[in-house]
Amino acid sequence: MKAFLILEDGTVFEGIQIGANKEIISEIVFNTSMAGYLEVLTDPSYAGQAVCMTYPLIGNYGVCREDMEAKRAWPDGFIVRELSRMASNFRKDITIQEFLEEQGIPGIAGIDTRALTKILREKGTMNGMITTNEAYDLKDVLPKLKEYTTGKVVEKVTCSHKYEIKGSEALEQNGPLSGSARFVPEDYAQGKREMRPSITRKLNGTGKKVALLDLGAKDNIARSLAQRGCDVTVYPALTKAEEIIADRPDGIMLSNGPGDPKECESIIKEIRKLYETDIPIFAICLGHQLMALATGADTFKMKYGHRGGNHPVKDLETGRVYISSQNHGYVVDMDKLDPKIAVPAFINVNDGTNEGLSYTGKNIFTVQYHPEACPGPQDSSYLFDRFIKMMEVGKNA
Amino acid sequence: MPKNPNVKRVMVIGSGPIVIGQAAEFDYAGTQACRSLKEEGVEVILVNSNPATIMTDKNIADKVYIEPLTAKVLEQIIEKEKPDSILPTLGGQAGLNLGMELAESGFLASHNVKLLGTTANTIKKAEDRQEFKDTMEKIGEPCAASLVVETVEDGVAFTNTIGYPVVLRPAYTLGGSGGGIAHNQEELESILENGLRLSRVGQVLVERCIAGWKEIEYEVMRDSAGNCITVCNMENIDPVGVHTGDSIVVAPSQTLGDKEYQMLRTSALNIINELEITGGCNVQFALHPTSFEYCVIEVNPRVSRSSALASKATGYPIAKVAAKIALGYTLDEIKNAITGKTYASFEPTLDYCVVKLPRLPFDKFITAKRTLTTQMKATGEVMSICNNFEGALMKAIRSLEQHVDCLLSYDFSNLSVEELKERLKIVDDQRIYVIAEALRKGIDYDTIHEITMIDHWFIDKLAILVEMEQKLSKEPLTIGLLKEAKRIEFPDNVISRLTGIAEADIKQMRYDNGIVAAYKMVDTCAAEFEASTPYYYSVYGSENEAVKTNPPKKVLVLGSGPIRIGQGIEFDYCSVHATWAFAKAGYETIIINNNPETVSTDFDIADKLYFEPLTPEDVESIVNIEKPDGAVVQFGGQTAIKLTESLMKMGVPILGTRAEDVDAAEDRELFDKILEETEIPRAAGGTVFTAEEAKAVANRLGYPVLVRPSYVLGGQGMQIAISDEEIEEFMNIINRIAQDHPILVDKYLQGKEIEVDAVCDGTDILIPGIMEHIERTGVHSGDSISVYPAPTITDTVKEKIAEYTRRLAKALHVKGLINIQFIAIGEDVYVIEVNPRSSRTVPYISKVTGIPIVDLATEVIIGKTIRELGYEPGLQPEADYFAIKMPVFSFEKIRGAEISLGPELKSTGECLGIAKTFNEALYKAFLGAGVDLPKHKQMIITVKDADKGEAVEIGRRFEKLGYTIYATRSTAAALNEAGVKARKVNKISQESPTVMDLILGHRIDLVIDTPTQGRDKSRDGFLIRRTAIETGVNCITAMDTARALVTSLENANDQFTLIDVASI
Repeated sequence: MKAFLILEDGTVFEGIQIGANKEIISEIVFNTSMAGYLEVLTDPSYAGQAVCMTYPLIGNYGVCREDMEAKRAWPDGFIVRELSRMASNFRKDITIQEFLEEQGIPGIAGIDTRALTKILREKGTMNGMITTNEAYDLKDVLPKLKEYTTGKVVEKVTCSHKYEIKGSEALEQNGPLSGSARFVPEDYAQGKREMRPSITRKLNGTGKKVALLDLGAKDNIARSLAQRGCDVTVYPALTKAEEIIADRPDGIMLSNGPGDPKECESIIKEIRKLYETDIPIFAICLGHQLMALATGADTFKMKYGHRGGNHPVKDLETGRVYISSQNHGYVVDMDKLDPKIAVPAFINVNDGTNEGLSYTGKNIFTVQYHPEACPGPQDSSYLFDRFIKMMEVGKNA
Repeated sequence: MPKNPNVKRVMVIGSGPIVIGQAAEFDYAGTQACRSLKEEGVEVILVNSNPATIMTDKNIADKVYIEPLTAKVLEQIIEKEKPDSILPTLGGQAGLNLGMELAESGFLASHNVKLLGTTANTIKKAEDRQEFKDTMEKIGEPCAASLVVETVEDGVAFTNTIGYPVVLRPAYTLGGSGGGIAHNQEELESILENGLRLSRVGQVLVERCIAGWKEIEYEVMRDSAGNCITVCNMENIDPVGVHTGDSIVVAPSQTLGDKEYQMLRTSALNIINELEITGGCNVQFALHPTSFEYCVIEVNPRVSRSSALASKATGYPIAKVAAKIALGYTLDEIKNAITGKTYASFEPTLDYCVVKLPRLPFDKFITAKRTLTTQMKATGEVMSICNNFEGALMKAIRSLEQHVDCLLSYDFSNLSVEELKERLKIVDDQRIYVIAEALRKGIDYDTIHEITMIDHWFIDKLAILVEMEQKLSKEPLTIGLLKEAKRIEFPDNVISRLTGIAEADIKQMRYDNGIVAAYKMVDTCAAEFEASTPYYYSVYGSENEAVKTNPPKKVLVLGSGPIRIGQGIEFDYCSVHATWAFAKAGYETIIINNNPETVSTDFDIADKLYFEPLTPEDVESIVNIEKPDGAVVQFGGQTAIKLTESLMKMGVPILGTRAEDVDAAEDRELFDKILEETEIPRAAGGTVFTAEEAKAVANRLGYPVLVRPSYVLGGQGMQIAISDEEIEEFMNIINRIAQDHPILVDKYLQGKEIEVDAVCDGTDILIPGIMEHIERTGVHSGDSISVYPAPTITDTVKEKIAEYTRRLAKALHVKGLINIQFIAIGEDVYVIEVNPRSSRTVPYISKVTGIPIVDLATEVIIGKTIRELGYEPGLQPEADYFAIKMPVFSFEKIRGAEISLGPELKSTGECLGIAKTFNEALYKAFLGAGVDLPKHKQMIITVKDADKGEAVEIGRRFEKLGYTIYATRSTAAALNEAGVKARKVNKISQESPTVMDLILGHRIDLVIDTPTQGRDKSRDGFLIRRTAIETGVNCITAMDTARALVTSLENANDQFTLIDVASI
């Protein structure tokens, strides 16, 4: 079936319908990751947006449910150049086509995604409609597109009630995040394999209690902490600060999440209260922006944001550059920072925008990018270790 | 970290002659790096024995030494030039090994020369099998169970504990020389014995066989501050077991999920961090297809063939960045030259798919085994880019120029299902065509996967192509079907064959319906940022991004496609120089080429780069958009020349020599007429199509005769026939491919072979110098040792040659370059062939005479005269030194290839010896080609009867040098009779010890074996020659070459005169 992507500026792309057959209006954004489409589709930060993948061949390895970053898919729509009819992977559960239908996500394939990306790059992120209605009338559609805003999406994506995840008692022995088998030659003849992780990781968080404020958290945030031994309690986004403080966590983690940070007025108020405590805090993405807003800084919407797995960020303290996983449309305004409150800790090497803050006189650091990866590079996972160290210092103090 | 101010004079080591496993990619990397260094104000001293390279140009380096790449020579250059640093990671394995040798001997330290970039310690950790394994164990990165052995016994014992099959990898060899997979003890012993000998350090790694796993590569960069990025990852469609250089490779990986992708990426970064690489590095992994188990296969701590491919696939200039890192910069300080906005610390992301196909030489070595193994056999490669995999594969196939354009190009339709299943087990260059036939016959994906271990995803893509073939041949050609066929890059001629509709009508149907190629940009960032470098690839069904430009003058330079035997790096040299010369004259330049290893496909050589197949249809699509004022075809070898007619039909003027005149040189009748008019003699001959006609002509002329097809490269299919039977055989071989043009049969004349390259402006000619070949006629000019200035011909002959060149150039209305080969017999000069275009010897003669003939030819094409360019027409004065070009072969890599020299070209590369005296130049040339004698001072001579007289003379000279001579029965008798002491050895068929045992005993320096006529594989000679080559023994098959070698050995001297070629 034919499908159309209509942009706010009147541009129309014709393609074929994929996924659920329904019409949606959403904010159109693009992601430049070459792999990890399932992680993108299940990242709650995409709530209220339709994602265009710039890599043209999507669905090659199907859908492996264990790679989902949330229990369901969140974007409103999915835009691709080509969906593979063959899904080839030993862990594959279903194909991407089946997944989109199951999750009720409509989409469009067969369009010139590069041309779309260039429009978004040049004119900035804009709203759009995915429809199969061939009789669409731009006169009716365009005003509707202009009206659309993502609104208070955090409340939609956060968990409904508090829950706990116990920290691992032993290092995970197998699986993609723990590396691979290492072989001892002598055992070979017997077919024995000694397994050991390739990512150097320690159970350095054992005994630490972390409160994770779920603003639309990707599962790998809690997983990254739990794998290090931390016990994680996940709180709904609208939880009062007092409740969290009363549970006496060793550290607080503010997660990623969707939408305009300024829409989260009530959450910002609670975060201000968390700031006032001495509990170590580590925040990612939306959490990072909300902490900035809670302490008097400002955010603004970028022209077309950072979404992909290849952006270099520089740790200003060490000078080291890391390749990061990114997904944000808003950014903290560095010009309006009060150095008495927070100073830039990380910047984007390409455009110089803020990628992280260190809070003066506080055990708080926040990053705009995604140390939990999934999808994208795992280079910044050391930040979780830094957070654990901060909690140790806090505990000993 | 800013640039290190102490680095002011850097010596860069090149990779030497082009051989299989070490090709043009190092000229590309070296050239880019040298330019990058010069950009920083660093003085570059370049050493490379290969004169056909751009890196040895005087505008690339400040001092240029085209000298043999041995530690001795480098030491002398270091003593003379006093560099403060040396950069060894750009010259492939050859350069790296030399750098290591100089570091390990303490020479660098004692001369205060620093090793730039990656340290000696790191190189050792990465290259030494045991150290590498230990390092990987230390950081928990898995390697396949393995052991480094130095004896065959240890290898067998270890294999008995881990079980067969095992892979064998000799340490410090290039292209996996001497490696292989052993399935049983017999194979193990044979491969191991050979590998131990070829390894520089006598070590071979015996490893659990992980054949069938996915082979994945990561190209990574790291700076001295420890910042790391991955430039690109690549997946081999052929699973582990086929050398990555011979595999079909796709970028980025297609069948890896983010979990696998990031797991291996993290591993690659862990490894380069632990090894403390500074610069570029390649990490190869084997990934188990049904688990997260992986193994690190190997690490190359230098730029490599894969890094050249990754650079071209992503637009990220690895060599350039590596050079900056070597100077001390960090990745976040180096600008991304493609976008001008991002930095080198940005990881490229692709919004297209790249496919690389190897260019295998089996069309050249018809007796060779086509099987692909862990030993690389490809001479070159092609790359293509598209926004779908099917399209990228289709474009790559037709870029190969091997008479293939789709999956039907090799016909396996006569095989039954059972036969196909058997055939699928053979891993060779035709495997994808066999899979396609298997799909046509209904064999299911699982069966194909189980036999080949190729991922289902790739099999499905081949199936999509097969389905399209079937639709096109069965269904009516609707606009929708045509659109879909073009989307996956079916060329019009294939659609025409399948539908039965004329190609012109298909083109018309496309044009009528707007189904035309659009061009997208390679920008490193998937359109996230604006890019400033026009580097394009074609797609169908998309918006065109190629910006229309209207400069005053616009020229199309056609590249030379993949490197193959007969069309090598020389033509890339010519294309690049022509492009630069046009740019200097104010033209906008456009290059079309498909070879990722070359300088011409670097994004900043031409104003615009189109990475596309060089077929008429693909070129026309570009012409439709660019509308160039002219095209130049005379620099791109046969690939470009073949496009002449099509370009004219498109209305693109051919700049320089007209197409009719190019034809006149190839067309027998027209050319004979010209020779008659200009009164130039040539060997008698005739043109034929059938074996019967050929025999008639041969008998009229009298044997021996030379048989060859016209319009071919490097004498492909050319043979000397001495009998009717041989004519039958050769005509059969030639006619296996339908010939558009007649076959030539000429009387074979034996004499001195002379070659000239000249520039002609329509009136005057300029001959930079005359080259004389050491080998008599009968050996292809490219396989002959070539000497400038010509040492043994008289002035009268030289004058005659200059005069004939002038007459021929004028008669053919040459504007630009012309190459002519002559035979001199006494004072008589005959013409053999004329090529009104650039030739293999152009870079060599340009460098040794200091006359930039490509630049001059380009200026002439634009309209200048030779006089206006400041040159006195005619033969230029001779230099006061000798420059000798020595062919270099890669026979050891191609099992079963006949190594004896003849009229068909077999060399893959060349090196130069330049010195004040002929003898020293000759010695250097042999040394540069890897003939480093004496070692054991024992040799074998076995020659055909006609050569026995010369064998006596040559044998006597070797005897004087202290050589012990072994010879087969009749040769021994001839030698002993003439007073040259020779020990008789038994022929292979006789009882042991035979001549084979002697070679296998590894005490032999040299075999001189002149073959009897004919291509008889079963003869002793063939076996002797192959055994010698495969065991690393020098083997000479022409008496002239043998004489030259003994002359050079008589004059061996460790102290060289070093000539800075940049000062010529």
